[in-house]
Amino acid sequence: MNESAKRDLLIENARLVDPSQDLDLSARLLVIDGCVSKINPTDQEVPAACARLDAMGRIVAPGLVDLGAELREPGSEEDETIASGSHAALAGGFTSVLCCSSTRPCIDSPGAVEFVRQKATKARGARVHVIGCLSKGREGEQMAELGLLSVAGAVAFSDAPKSMPNDALLKRALEYCRMFNLPIFDRPEVPELAEGGMMHDGQVSLVLGLKGLPTEAEDLAVARDVRLAEATAGRLHVGPVSTMGAVDMIRRVKSRGIDVTASVCPHNLCLSDIQLRSFDSKYKVHPPLRSDKHVETLRNALADGTIDAIQSGHMPRSREKKMDDLDLSPFGEASLETTLATTITYMVAKQLIDWKTAIERLSTAPARIAGVPGGTLKPGVPADIVIIDPEATWTVDGTRFRSNCISSPLDGHTLQGKATHTIVGGEIRYRLQPELEHLA
Amino acid sequence: MSTAVQPDIEFPKNWHRRHLLDLESLSPEEISTILDVAQQLKELTQGCRQKISLLAGKTCANLFFENSTRTRNSFSLAAKRLGADTVEFSSVGSSVAKGETFVDTAKTIEAMGVEWVVTRHGTPGTPHLLSRELNCCVLNAGDGPHGHPTQGLLDMLTIRQHRGDIKGLTVALVGDIAHSRTARSNIWGLSKLGAHVIICGPPTLVSPRWTELGFEVAHHLDDILPRCDVLNLLRIQFERQRARPFPSVHEYAALYAMNGARMQKAKDDILIMAPGPINRGVEITPEVADGPHSVILEQVTNGIAVRMAALWLLSGANERAKANAESSPAD
Repeated sequence: MNESAKRDLLIENARLVDPSQDLDLSARLLVIDGCVSKINPTDQEVPAACARLDAMGRIVAPGLVDLGAELREPGSEEDETIASGSHAALAGGFTSVLCCSSTRPCIDSPGAVEFVRQKATKARGARVHVIGCLSKGREGEQMAELGLLSVAGAVAFSDAPKSMPNDALLKRALEYCRMFNLPIFDRPEVPELAEGGMMHDGQVSLVLGLKGLPTEAEDLAVARDVRLAEATAGRLHVGPVSTMGAVDMIRRVKSRGIDVTASVCPHNLCLSDIQLRSFDSKYKVHPPLRSDKHVETLRNALADGTIDAIQSGHMPRSREKKMDDLDLSPFGEASLETTLATTITYMVAKQLIDWKTAIERLSTAPARIAGVPGGTLKPGVPADIVIIDPEATWTVDGTRFRSNCISSPLDGHTLQGKATHTIVGGEIRYRLQPELEHLA
Repeated sequence: MSTAVQPDIEFPKNWHRRHLLDLESLSPEEISTILDVAQQLKELTQGCRQKISLLAGKTCANLFFENSTRTRNSFSLAAKRLGADTVEFSSVGSSVAKGETFVDTAKTIEAMGVEWVVTRHGTPGTPHLLSRELNCCVLNAGDGPHGHPTQGLLDMLTIRQHRGDIKGLTVALVGDIAHSRTARSNIWGLSKLGAHVIICGPPTLVSPRWTELGFEVAHHLDDILPRCDVLNLLRIQFERQRARPFPSVHEYAALYAMNGARMQKAKDDILIMAPGPINRGVEITPEVADGPHSVILEQVTNGIAVRMAALWLLSGANERAKANAESSPAD
C-alpha cells in the first residue's frame, strides 16, 4: 500500500452511532486524508476519486478502544506477539489497544516503550498505546521512572495483571503522576487473600474442592483504591472489577463526586462459576467467573454507568500452557475477538443498553479514561472507525482466532454481532471475509 | 496357595459407565449396583483372598502423581485377584518429572494396551480431563480434595455389612472436610442412599455453605455424638493445608478426638470408621481404634472388593460400548 496515497473514503448507507455527539442516525460519513471530514456531505464535497464503501445499513461507529490487553512481546511470544495481538484486535473491531506492561523485560524503561511502539507501527494492526510499569521491574516496591516513560510515549501506568499491594507506593505514585496528568490503572486484588485461588470462592468451589478467590480479595483492594483516589485527587482507574462489593463502593464514591472510573471484562457479564464443573482450563480466567448474583450486578452497573467501560481482559496463553492440569494452567484467555459480540449478545440484544451506550462503553469512555485519541467521529479526528453487522450470528472457535491463543471461555457459544470492517486512520486494515468465516 | 476359579456372576443390565470419576454424578441405583457387585466378588474370592479369572488378559495401569502406598496397593491387588496384570507409573523420576504433560503420559500408557488407568493427582478434575482424552477406562483414585469414589463406596459397603440398609442412618463425618476427598465422596454417596449426613469440624474447615446445600453442620462433636450411628474420622491433612486452620494438634485432639470418654456418650452399636492412615492420638485414641466398635480394618478389605467391582464393571461397559459400535451400521 502506498504510504503517501491520500486516504479518502465515503462510507454510505451507514447507521452512524457516535455517543460523543449523541448521534444515532442514518448517514454518510466522509473521510479525507485519513481524518473524519463530515457527516452527510453534499455530493460536491465528495472528491471525485474518493473510494466508496457501502455499509449496507450496518452500524458505523468510532473504533473500539481496549484499556489493557497483554501482547506478550518481548519475552512470551509463544503466547502472543505484538503483530498477532494487534491483528486480533482489528478482527474484534478495536482500532486502539493499550498494551500491558507485563512483558519480559517489563516496560519500565524508555527503550522498552520505544520497542513496542516500533513493532506496533510495523505490524499495521490496531494502534498500540503503551502502558508503562508503575513500579520498577513490576516488583511493587519503588516507583518506575514515570516521567521518562511518559516522555517516551507511555499513556498510562500499571503493573497489571499484577495488583499493586503496596498502599504507600500507590499513594505516592498517584500524587507524583498528577504532574504528568496521566492515569494509573489498578487491577484490584489483595495477594494474601487470593493466594492459590483458582476460581470464585463459593458453593461451586466448595463442592469441587478447588481453592477459591474470595470476593474480599477484590473488595478490600477496591476500598483502598477509591480512598486513595479521593485523598490524592489523582487519576485512578479501577478494573477489571467482578464483585457486588466493588460495584457498591464505586457507586457510592461516584455519588460523592469523586473521580474514579471502573471497567468490566465481558466474560464476567455472561458466564458464572458453574462452568468450572467441567474442570476445563478455558474457564480459568481472571477476574474469575463468579456466581449469578455478581453477573447480574455487573450487568446493571454497566447499564447505569457505575461501570464506565468494557475492557477485553485479553490475557493470551499458549495451547501447551492451557493444556496442563487446572492448578498449573495459567489464568488467561483470548478475548479481543469476542468482546464486541459478547457485549451485543448479552447487553444490547437483551436490551439492557442501547447502541449509543454500547459504543460509549467500548470506545468513547475507554479513550477518555486512557487519554488517547479515539471514541469519537467529530470532524478533524483521525478516522478510526468500525463497521459492525449487528445481526450476524457466529459460533466461537478459538482455533480460528487471529490471536495465537485459542483458549476462550466462550468457545462453542453462538454470539451475535461482528465487525465487518476496521479502519485505522482512514485505511481499511481489516475486512471480514464471509466465505472463510462461515457466518451463519 | 490360590487357584483360579471360574466365577458365577452376572453382569448387571443397568451398568453403562466406562469411567468412575466421582460419586456426585452417579444415581442411587448405580451406587447400589457397585456395592452389590462388590459384595458378590468379596464372597467369590473368599474375602478378597482367592484369585478368580474374571479379568484375565487385561492390564491395569496405576498412574499416581501423589504419594500413596495403601490405595495403590489396594488397586493392584484388586486387579490381580481378578486375574488381571498390573503396571505402575509414579511421577517421581518419570517422564512427568522430565516435563511431559500428564495427558501425554497417560496417552503413552494407553498406547501400551492397558484396559484401565487408575489415577491419583493433587488437582481436582484431572481424571475428568483424562476421560475426555483417553479411550480406555479411567478410575479416579483421588483428585485433590474433590473426590475419591472408591473410598466413599468402601465406606458405604462397610456400613451396609453391619446395618443392612444405609437409609435412615445418621452418619457424621468429622475433621478436615475442606481438604478431604473422602468427605466429599461420602457426602454424595451417603445422601444419595438416604442417610442423614452431619458434617462436623472447626468453622475454618467446615464451611457454612454446606447448609445451603442441605446438609447439617456441627462444630461440637459432643453435641451430635448421641445421635450418630456411624462416625467417620477424617485425618488432619497436614500436607494439603496452606495456612493452619486450627492453633495446634493438641487443641484439635481435645475438641474432636474420638476417645474412651466420648465413647461413653455414643450409641451402643455405633460404628467407628476412618479412611486411614490414622494419627493415633489425634483423630482417634488407640483404645477406640482397636476396640469393638472400630471397623477400620474391614474397610481395608472392603476397599479391595469395591475396586474389584469397579474394574469389572467399567471394563464390561467398555466392551459393551465397543460391541455396540461395531454392530451398528455405518452412517
